[in-house]
Amino acid sequence: MRTDLIFLIPEITLLLMACLVLIVDAFSKDPLHKMTYRMAQLSLVLTLSAVIYYSPDYSYIAFNGGFITDTMSTLLKSFICAITIVVFFYSYEYLKENELLKGEYFVLGLFAVLGMMVMTSAYHLLSIYLGLELLSLSLYAMVAMQRRSTFATEAAIKYFVLGALASGMLLYGISMIYGLTGSLQFNDIVDTINAGDIDRAYLVYGMIFLIVGISFKLGAAPFHMWVPDVYQGAPTSVTLFISSAPKLAAFAMAVRVLVDGLLPLIEDWQSILSLLAILSMAVGNIIAIAQTNIKRMLAYSTIAHIGYLFLGLIAGTASGFAGSMFYIISYALMSLGTFGMIILLGRYDLEADRLDDFKGLSIRNSWFAFIMLFLMFSMAGVPPFLGFWSKWFVLKELIASGFVELAVIAVIFSIIGVYYYLRIVKLMYFDEPETMSAIKASQQMRAVLTVNGLLILLIGLAPDSLMHICLSAFSGL
Amino acid sequence: MNLDNLPILSMLIWLPILGGIWTLIIGDQQERVVKHFSFIISISTFLLSVLLYYQFDNDFLGMQFVEEFYWIESFSIKYHLGVDGIALPLIILTTFTTILVIVAAWEVIDKNISYYMCSFLVLTGLMNGVFVALDSILFYVFWEAMLIPMFLIIGIWGGPNRVYATIKFFLYTFFGSVFMLVALLYLYSVTGSFNIQLSQEAPLGLTAQKLIFIAFFLAFAVKIPMWPVHTWLPDAHVEAPTGGSVILAAIMLKMGGYGFLRFSLPIAPDASLYFANTMILLSLIAIVYIGFVALVQEDMKKLIAYSSISHMGFVTLGFFIPFGIIAATNSNAGAVMGMEGAMMQMISHGFISAALFLCVGVMYDRLHSRMIKDYGGVVNSMPYFAAFMMLFAMANSGLPGTSGFVGEFLVILSSFKLNFWIAFTAALTLILGAAYTLWMYKRVIFGEAIREEVSELKDIDAREGFILFLLAGVILLFGVWPAPLFDVMHVTIQQLIDHISQTKIL
Repeated sequence: MRTDLIFLIPEITLLLMACLVLIVDAFSKDPLHKMTYRMAQLSLVLTLSAVIYYSPDYSYIAFNGGFITDTMSTLLKSFICAITIVVFFYSYEYLKENELLKGEYFVLGLFAVLGMMVMTSAYHLLSIYLGLELLSLSLYAMVAMQRRSTFATEAAIKYFVLGALASGMLLYGISMIYGLTGSLQFNDIVDTINAGDIDRAYLVYGMIFLIVGISFKLGAAPFHMWVPDVYQGAPTSVTLFISSAPKLAAFAMAVRVLVDGLLPLIEDWQSILSLLAILSMAVGNIIAIAQTNIKRMLAYSTIAHIGYLFLGLIAGTASGFAGSMFYIISYALMSLGTFGMIILLGRYDLEADRLDDFKGLSIRNSWFAFIMLFLMFSMAGVPPFLGFWSKWFVLKELIASGFVELAVIAVIFSIIGVYYYLRIVKLMYFDEPETMSAIKASQQMRAVLTVNGLLILLIGLAPDSLMHICLSAFSGL
Repeated sequence: MNLDNLPILSMLIWLPILGGIWTLIIGDQQERVVKHFSFIISISTFLLSVLLYYQFDNDFLGMQFVEEFYWIESFSIKYHLGVDGIALPLIILTTFTTILVIVAAWEVIDKNISYYMCSFLVLTGLMNGVFVALDSILFYVFWEAMLIPMFLIIGIWGGPNRVYATIKFFLYTFFGSVFMLVALLYLYSVTGSFNIQLSQEAPLGLTAQKLIFIAFFLAFAVKIPMWPVHTWLPDAHVEAPTGGSVILAAIMLKMGGYGFLRFSLPIAPDASLYFANTMILLSLIAIVYIGFVALVQEDMKKLIAYSSISHMGFVTLGFFIPFGIIAATNSNAGAVMGMEGAMMQMISHGFISAALFLCVGVMYDRLHSRMIKDYGGVVNSMPYFAAFMMLFAMANSGLPGTSGFVGEFLVILSSFKLNFWIAFTAALTLILGAAYTLWMYKRVIFGEAIREEVSELKDIDAREGFILFLLAGVILLFGVWPAPLFDVMHVTIQQLIDHISQTKIL
């Protein structure tokens, strides 16, 4: 039991720190919540260090098989913490500017991260559910934080109702699997299925509900209805958060359930995921063209990206899963940069979330227009940017596994996708600005966004180390 | 200094790219510095390519100046460069044309000059990269990245309808390219390597070859462009600034041709044989039908754009004629001639179309119109210009003594070995080409000056004269003495013909 606890030290650290931050904030009178913000960042840094310090050389299953620490969980947890640090940074600037600053934002954020970490390490259907609910409940509250905005409230309600529905589906699936295999622990489930006494049809029936739950959380079509409304309605800082770190956790959940838990059913979930992937790429890429609000457009682009993420899973090989992991990490990086850009352009009382707000950006500020150019071409998957390699990676694995037709469908949809990313470049470079007002942002904000944008280019020029890391996460498979 | 161990190919790629980034750092405020700096960079790049030519061994079989080390070790993707007789002339064409567009922009571009120079210099580096990459993923990265500066060039400095044209250009070329990516990834799954030369050697079944050929065809036929996927070209040309049109016509189109020679033919020779007749048919349609389309154009740039498509038809014809000849005669002699003619046509068209677009640019800068009907009688006010343009128009219609004649003649000659009617149809271009080019020349240059502005036009100045003089010199030189070009590419093309005459089906 003591050795079990060692592997839980990062989570314990985060939990204690989150409680501490909550208490400190309750007694703080600072309207800028400087202390809360700094302590929240410190908690993340501490957790990150703990994750790295206690990273195991082998996979270790603790607490009677409910919790696993392996290379994948360590990597994803590190990225989740690092990404959330950047999210908090952008958020603090945004919330300060828009007078939405509340200490609870950071506390909820920390609990959400805790939920994600539990999801990443769960080796038991119930621990997955536990982590997922912790994450989701924190996010519902965060979306609703802008009380006076009717949009935000509507988004929160929608998110909550649909999220609860998804959780219900997931639980139903879990109960089906439990009823059939008599266990919730992944090793036991795999062994029981492999023993071959259970009718496959019932298993697939249960699995479908699990996949529906996962797709809901990831935002894959046709379970994507909440995504555009929540992305548009939530304050930009929350949208930024939802679109980055939780996607990594949802990816982890998908890998845990499908690969660790239901690998014997691979042929069945491959075909289901293929369908979801095609639908997501189609819905995301085609509907995004019609949007005039950039947050909504990015919501549809997320849906499309999730479709590509599935491609790596469909490949069904260790390097395919690594490709998906590479995809989701790069997506999170690009999403951070893009929403950071929206925050940068926004001013008090005026969210820069219309596409037209990007008009003539190259004249207003040539440097950030440049960064946005990187981000958009990267999202579109044009080399030499990071986004190209993520598409390249999943397509390569897909073709190596023999799904050439699916790869062709995927590239066709990526051509459609290019159009709406190009449109932003067009607005920035070919159109005259609507306003000439200078961009008002702190030096730190500018610096972080610059680093964020340049990373997209630099990792794109030398993607080997990130690919290597992702491959190492699945080397044991 | 020892010039033998210099990584010339890397320098050809990175010198212009870094130079381009540096012009951005210099910024628009120091306009003169930007111009001089980019001029120096383009000259140095050109000198590098000349150095490459002098060190190039014409008799060496295989790749020269090879640089090879790991780029992405996880998937053994290499930074693998090398040059052979097909790539070398295209590299020199690229670096030469870059000087022209830099000088041509000198007094014309008044908006964001540093962006402009940066886009062109970066573009040059990427285009050189396309021609020297020997790893298919490296090739693909250069191939796609090239679209970004061109997208900006047309979109920022282009004409009134530039947004439509540039998005169409981007989507069309991107459309073709992604299928090539699928084909490259498929080849990797078969051969286990992204090395282009290894893919050329690897045996492949006919069905796989056919699919791969179609995927490559989508990429290269759009780029070159072949009928019926050519429609982006006239739009892009008309809207692009002069420099953009020059690069498009002189080099970007050649990448499609280069792609056929580097990928389609050697990787899928049996499929190429299978599709050869279709390709010949498409080429003939391009040559004849597009020639007629060019005849009725009222916009000079559009006319030259259509004439480019028609001339590129000769290139594809020359690429696919050899398959028929080898099958019919069992000898490679006539085949080599067709292929070399096509290569010659690519290089010569690079110079001629660049010259014609620059001529239109010279007139456009003065009158801000590209319409034929707005001109007439230009010779009265611009005699030197009229003389230069005369030469280029003659070269475009394939007059003996100019470089335009050599390629067309060789291709027609080799098609005679296959089929009289193919040769006959192709030879129609000698009439059609002369008709549309000279008719345009007559309407623009001769006659009475109807409009007052035309009679007040200033003749070309020293800068414009310098550009046109250079081009005229090259066109005449290759017209009477094409031997240096043939010497460079002969061994490589011979080897290519030997390679494609073997079946790859096991």
